[in-house]
Amino acid sequence: MLLKTEIRPGTYFDSVILMHLQRGLAALPGVDDAGVVMATPANLELLADFDLLSPESQAANPDDMLIVVRAQTEQAAADALAQVDELLKKRRSNVSSQYRPRSLAAAAGQLPESAITLISVPGRYAAAVAHQALDLGQHVFLYSDNVSLDDEIALKTKAAEKSLLVMGPDCGTAIVNGVGLGFANRVRRGPIGVVAASGTGLQAVTAGIHNLGGGVSQAFGTGGRDLKTEINAATALQALDVLARDPETKVVVLVSKPPAAAVATRLLAAAQACGKPVVVQFIGYPPPGRQIGSLHFAASLHEAAETAVALAANPVTEKPAPPLRGFLRGLFSGGTLAYEAMLGLQATLTPLHSNTPIQPEQELADVYNSTGHTIIDLGEDDFTQGRLHPMLDNDLRLRRLKQELDDPEAGLILLDVVLGEGAHPDPASELAPAIAAGGKARRDIEFVALVVGTDEDPQGLDAQIEQLQTAGARVFRTTAEAVSYVSQRLAATPPPMVAPVDLAAFQRPLAAINVGLESFYDSLTTQGAAAVHVDWRPPAGGNEKLMDLLARMKTSP
Amino acid sequence: MTIDIEKANQTTVERMMNARPILKSVARARDVIPGIQPNLLLHAGPPIEWPRMSGPLRGAVIGALLLEGLAKDEKQAVGMVEAGEINFEPCHHHQAVGPMAGVTSASMMVYELENVTHGNKAYSNLNEGYGKVLRYGAYSEEVLAKLRWMNEEMGPLLAEAIASSEGIDIRALLSESLHMGDEGHNRNKAGSILYTAKLAPLLAKASKSNDLLSETLKFLGENALSVLNPVMAACKAMADAGHGVEGSTVVTTMARNGTDFGLRVSGLGDQWFTAPAEVPDGLYFPGYTSADANPDIGDSTITETAGIGAFAMAAAPAIVTFVSGTPQDAINATLEMYEITVAEHSHFTIPQLDFRGTPTGTDIRKVIELGLTPRVNTGIAHREAGVGQVGAGLVRPPMKIFEDALVAFAEKYKL
Repeated sequence: MLLKTEIRPGTYFDSVILMHLQRGLAALPGVDDAGVVMATPANLELLADFDLLSPESQAANPDDMLIVVRAQTEQAAADALAQVDELLKKRRSNVSSQYRPRSLAAAAGQLPESAITLISVPGRYAAAVAHQALDLGQHVFLYSDNVSLDDEIALKTKAAEKSLLVMGPDCGTAIVNGVGLGFANRVRRGPIGVVAASGTGLQAVTAGIHNLGGGVSQAFGTGGRDLKTEINAATALQALDVLARDPETKVVVLVSKPPAAAVATRLLAAAQACGKPVVVQFIGYPPPGRQIGSLHFAASLHEAAETAVALAANPVTEKPAPPLRGFLRGLFSGGTLAYEAMLGLQATLTPLHSNTPIQPEQELADVYNSTGHTIIDLGEDDFTQGRLHPMLDNDLRLRRLKQELDDPEAGLILLDVVLGEGAHPDPASELAPAIAAGGKARRDIEFVALVVGTDEDPQGLDAQIEQLQTAGARVFRTTAEAVSYVSQRLAATPPPMVAPVDLAAFQRPLAAINVGLESFYDSLTTQGAAAVHVDWRPPAGGNEKLMDLLARMKTSP
Repeated sequence: MTIDIEKANQTTVERMMNARPILKSVARARDVIPGIQPNLLLHAGPPIEWPRMSGPLRGAVIGALLLEGLAKDEKQAVGMVEAGEINFEPCHHHQAVGPMAGVTSASMMVYELENVTHGNKAYSNLNEGYGKVLRYGAYSEEVLAKLRWMNEEMGPLLAEAIASSEGIDIRALLSESLHMGDEGHNRNKAGSILYTAKLAPLLAKASKSNDLLSETLKFLGENALSVLNPVMAACKAMADAGHGVEGSTVVTTMARNGTDFGLRVSGLGDQWFTAPAEVPDGLYFPGYTSADANPDIGDSTITETAGIGAFAMAAAPAIVTFVSGTPQDAINATLEMYEITVAEHSHFTIPQLDFRGTPTGTDIRKVIELGLTPRVNTGIAHREAGVGQVGAGLVRPPMKIFEDALVAFAEKYKL
């Protein structure tokens, strides 16, 4: 049993504060009792009555704050005294007030539970405000437009490091835990989560879901440029990951205007791996099929809503077969078939290379050597000079097939077999043995044949198919079916999630800071969300010179 | 030069808050204030010469010359000044502060405070109370008689009383008065009563005359500004403790001389940044309007500099009329000041804000960034010498002095 004393000279606190501190100290582990008083003679007597008057206390003056703890061990007493400042601070909670703060920092102090900051200030100031919000640990809903691509990259990089979400710039709408941000429709809660790089796309889908009797768990906007190459779906991937972990979300809808092919592949790979059915609507972007594993491609925004509602009512998640390792090698004799296959596959198999590329970056450097996913049109001039067209002569294709089989990176060989008048009289008789031999040599390789023909064709459709199947090839009659199958078998590896965003932030009742359009604040409070509106002005009154000086004075070490 | 502004500012405010000014003595200015001369008058605010001085300051200068016996009438006083026989320097250049005109001369009795944490001292003259007073530029015989009584009768008694004690802890007194409805600048009612209560037993013991004791207690007890001058000196001692920290953007002086508003910054040495002072926005006594008001005057803005005054407005609901009305406005005034300050005071707390520390240490960067200047609570002087106080209200320093300081800071530190 020992007493430990601290005297704070000339420190005045009201007795109510002192009593609170005293109670806080006495409740600490190993502390039997505590006395906290202004060291007036009367108070010293009081301490004496409770065996709290330490010899050191005598040195204290009436203007001094005197703290005495009685504890079981020296350590417990020292630990308790070390907590005095913390306990004093604890008392200073935030007082609710009608004050409109001028700075984001003050707003965050006023509404510490705020998880998200809505920013709708003029574009040239928006990035700086968004940086401040991220620095304060806020998710950002960035309505402002005219934010540069470089600023967007910087913001999303910082957000990823901090496990925060930047919705935008130019993000018109979102629905977070039932509260609409920006322009959002009033929709019922439900099991469908939405990630949209398009504001009105998000509105159309969420409204559609509601009108069909469904409901929305969360709807995240990403900003219109998120699926461009430079941003690489930074926000969409984070949002998808949040929805994948959200127990309230059973079905996910992805909406965007046509994305960059590589970004689409990246995002769809993550969607395929998210463990929930995902409805995809990349407005006008060619889908690889109606359904690829757990991905459902819709033909319109409304169909996306319909599919999502149907899936939510009957949530069967198909477990896709483990995908193949290795790359696609498509050896085509028909140019249009090659083109159609590429169009369908680029969403999931980018980068995709070809001697007949659809987009310049798909150009195969050396047409005689495949790299990564490759689709070759062997009917092109490079190959047909001085020899017959591959629809007539299989020699070139057989040699290229052998070359692919020797490449350890090849994983799936796709061949078209075009029947009909004028074509080779029995292509399967030459292709099938090569397939069979290849299958034996390379058990890790699959063969897919796309057979185009009719039952009246001279080669005999059924016989051709049977030869190919017997050799071990999977045969399809349409490009779409072949594409759908290939796409599923060669699903890209999902991109690694750097730092997952805390789901809990979106599960708590929404509290938000609004900077910019006051109508967004009114809308938040009308919906019952806790909100603080920042009385924002351009920094330094918009004086560029002073703003520049301030920026330099902030980056001092 | 590599500087860490955040760290420097933290150092500044910690020094300001850890400073513990104790009222140690009352003495003649010439005996204690460094550099004082018979022909030197100290005044409020940044440096100024006679031609640009406003009415109240001119009146106070004339009064001080009469009090000192250097001139026998107004005409002679003005003649001496115009002949260049009298020197003027800011109180702030002599570790001193004075309310309104702030004129302090060699024979005046002054409070001497010592910051026992860092050892620096600060001085302020004695408060004259209300009505016709020198600090508002009055110099009638009645005014001079009161000053003589203060300097020759009450002053020596105060000196003896305080000398018999261990001093009065003004920081602790302020901590308490902020919980009793004071904000430390425009309202010092509770503080003055606490101050009188602390002095009373000392005075009683020191006094050889019951009449003088009675007059002194009445003078101190009835004047709700009795403690203002020791409070200002205490704030000066705190601000000075934070002055001169390399790389700090915290304001360590705000002061007005009735013509200019002056600013000094911890990391910018003794350079003043000045711009014309504004007329306060306030409430006027019956018969007066803003047309009668002198531009802002006095060193009392040292209170806001140290984290009280208008910064602690939330603590003083009794004077919310100055901020247009409701207790919520008073709370908002303080909340606004948190946005431009570095710290929450570790000793001055506000019950109305659940005992949050007062906003302390104005950062010129935040002022510029948010376009938000400090609030100042102030008395309003009549523009003519000797009329006195005509109202009280709110004023803000001109933004220009903060902009100039920011530019100078960037130049000095090559940013």
